[in-house]
Amino acid sequence: MTADATGTTETVLSVRGLKVDFTTPDGDVNAVKGIDLDVKPGETLAVVGESGSGKSQTMMGIMGLLANNGRVTGSAKYRGKELIGLPLKGLNEVRGVKITMIFQEPMTSLDPLYTIGRQIAEPLVHHKGMTFKQARVRVLELLKLVGIPEPERRINSYPHEMSGGQRQRVMIAMALANEPDLLIADEPTTALDVTIQAQILDLLRSLQQRFGMAVVLITHDLGIVKHFADRVVVMRRGEVVEKGTIKEIFEEPKEDYTKMLLASEPSGSKEPPADTAPIILEGRNVAVDFAIGGGFFFGSDKVFRAVDGVSVRLKRGQTIGIVGESGSGKSTLGRALLRLLPSTGHYHFGDKNISDFDRAAMRPLRKELQLVFQDPYGSLSPRQTVGEIITEGLRIHEPQLSRADRDKRAVAALKEVGLDPAARNRYPHEFSGGQRQRIAIARAMILKPKVVILDEPTSALDRSVQGQVIDLLRDLQEKHDLSYIFISHDLAVIKAMADYVIVMKNGKIVEEGPTEDIFEQPHQTYTKTLMAAAFDLE
Amino acid sequence: MFQFVLRRLASAVPTLFIVVTISFFLMRFAPGGPFNLERPLPPATMENLMRAYHLDQPLWNQYLQYLKNALTGDFGPSYIYKDNTIAELIGKGLPYSVQLGSYALLLALIGGVLVGTLAALRQNSFLDFLVMSVATTGVTVPNFVVGPVLTLIFALMLSWVPAGGWGDGSLKFLILPVITLALPQLAVFARLTRGSMIEALHADHIRTARAYGLPQRAVVITHAMRGALLPVVSYLAPCAAALLTGSAVVESIFTIPGVGRYFVLGAINRDYTLVMGTVVLVAIFVIVFNLVVDILYGLLDPRVRHD
Repeated sequence: MTADATGTTETVLSVRGLKVDFTTPDGDVNAVKGIDLDVKPGETLAVVGESGSGKSQTMMGIMGLLANNGRVTGSAKYRGKELIGLPLKGLNEVRGVKITMIFQEPMTSLDPLYTIGRQIAEPLVHHKGMTFKQARVRVLELLKLVGIPEPERRINSYPHEMSGGQRQRVMIAMALANEPDLLIADEPTTALDVTIQAQILDLLRSLQQRFGMAVVLITHDLGIVKHFADRVVVMRRGEVVEKGTIKEIFEEPKEDYTKMLLASEPSGSKEPPADTAPIILEGRNVAVDFAIGGGFFFGSDKVFRAVDGVSVRLKRGQTIGIVGESGSGKSTLGRALLRLLPSTGHYHFGDKNISDFDRAAMRPLRKELQLVFQDPYGSLSPRQTVGEIITEGLRIHEPQLSRADRDKRAVAALKEVGLDPAARNRYPHEFSGGQRQRIAIARAMILKPKVVILDEPTSALDRSVQGQVIDLLRDLQEKHDLSYIFISHDLAVIKAMADYVIVMKNGKIVEEGPTEDIFEQPHQTYTKTLMAAAFDLE
Repeated sequence: MFQFVLRRLASAVPTLFIVVTISFFLMRFAPGGPFNLERPLPPATMENLMRAYHLDQPLWNQYLQYLKNALTGDFGPSYIYKDNTIAELIGKGLPYSVQLGSYALLLALIGGVLVGTLAALRQNSFLDFLVMSVATTGVTVPNFVVGPVLTLIFALMLSWVPAGGWGDGSLKFLILPVITLALPQLAVFARLTRGSMIEALHADHIRTARAYGLPQRAVVITHAMRGALLPVVSYLAPCAAALLTGSAVVESIFTIPGVGRYFVLGAINRDYTLVMGTVVLVAIFVIVFNLVVDILYGLLDPRVRHD
């Protein structure tokens, strides 16, 4: 679709002085502080920024999708037609027809109570006056277009019967239904595995070429931007920091913030420990089964083997990276190694055989085997102060400590992870994601562990914060001679952190070896696909 | 689906058995008996009465006998309504109570969902506060206050409707008792609907529906309300039980010949069989409504659909 020849409509979307404000009990929050941007027909404009930059709220404001306490002012014209302040009826002639959207959360963006066929048909029914029956043919066409296998059967599926990647394809089908002029994709692949991510981006690009629509890509991931966009707008704290073509931004960034973003891709590598380093934690032939299905009265004998005969040897001072997509069993393996769930196999910690240790026998060892979780929001109790959270382990493992001693240790641990010791009297919700992850690390470090299993410790964080957390983990490792098992789906982080990599798929090890070998010369097809998906984007 | 219903009905049997057993013994452990009147009966008469009603037998025998009879549908004679069996008493009163109850249930459900939805759509507005304060009042003011006040205004002062009785069962006799019975339940439905609607309206898929320019009607009714009804629907069963027991007060205020009064009279007079009859009745109601709720749930939500 090319621009109309009328001349006034050479930009698809023209934004001037757009502001988004939220009224909160603590006063007004200015999420977007008067930004300008233009989208030309058929181009891809990437809006890049970290969380809180206002990149999503800009688009939500334009599309009339702000939360109740949000206000949008300024101007946003779609082909000369002002959208800001347009009554709902007028807005609905543009939304879903001329401008469509895809969202970050493929799990929740579709209504769980209706079939995907019906949901894709809805924009056709409401905007094109079709009946659901008439729309069916078009829906089948769209499903085929976005690569859903067996569309005749899948058209009657409910969202919960589909994977994340498939749901995102369904969202794309819905977005294309009325052949829009502009597609706004808000972090469309952030919640997906890397290989799926690459597929979805390829799909988007081929569809864009075919239909000639303009795309606004909102993302925090510069790898995707470089690969996918024509022009970039960098946002920070509600303001545009820098605009330019891909070439300008990536090769000659002018602003410090842009340079910082570009540099915040994790870098560096880790030297393997000396050959003489003793083995500190070992699991041989680890297998974990989960029962599936089964009623309340009759347990099922169907089992799902989440981890299938995996062996891991962790040396003192080593970092083993475990890589895999969701469902590969990497997190389960981590928990099995710590004997946190029922599993079979042989386990050694130091010179102790802990294969037959039950919970009580493991308890004294827990101090030395710590776990840090992915979700810095969910893993800290909201009703305890930071001080209570990080000293909880001390009360169990070192009950002889006095209150004052515990407090001293808390101060030291917080200082060690780079937080103000005053933090111990505050509650987790007062901290940002990166700070919370530091708190979670402090909670593990206060016990002076020997082995720490880090389960996606940086995945919920912005890249720049991610870099800081990685540096912190490295410093701690060096200082205390720690051994890490670093579980992540993020290959860039693994490359920077680990000296040995295990690639997992369907509960089995696909490939393992020193980091350099795995990244430079992967042997297995799956590893190659994974690398290609991750690094083709960069 | 049919199998699911059968399975559920079969699983109701042990439930009923437990309910019957517990209430049988609880009732017997309460002091007094059906023939302990204010002026004690002569011992010989008492003895004869006890023998006639098998109350002289060991408790276990009585219990087993009751179970046996209950299985054949015989719930025994009433001790106070001497010429009637329990089945007759309930059979006579139930149609009135069921009519009253179903109107009240419909009114509570439809009214509550409507009002709750309006409040949710205008969250924190004057309308919202108004609706919610009325709802809170509806829950707090007992029906033995609401009933007489309504009667005073609409029957005695305005003479729009009769003050009580069933008459020919026409609508004008039903209006006040139905409103009195429904009001507290309507308030609960309104609160439930408001809460779940507000949550539903914040869901990501509602944002999707809005982003695709669907008309407000489709967004609210098709997408938000269907999900929001789930918690509302699950309140149907406790509501049905509450309406049945609530009818005890309402029926006596408006002198309606339903089963409600038996709850009170049976308990006060230690009319063992009558109490057991009403307990079984309520239990059956709750079981049936729970089944209805589960079926509705399956219809509303494909994720819990039964094969």
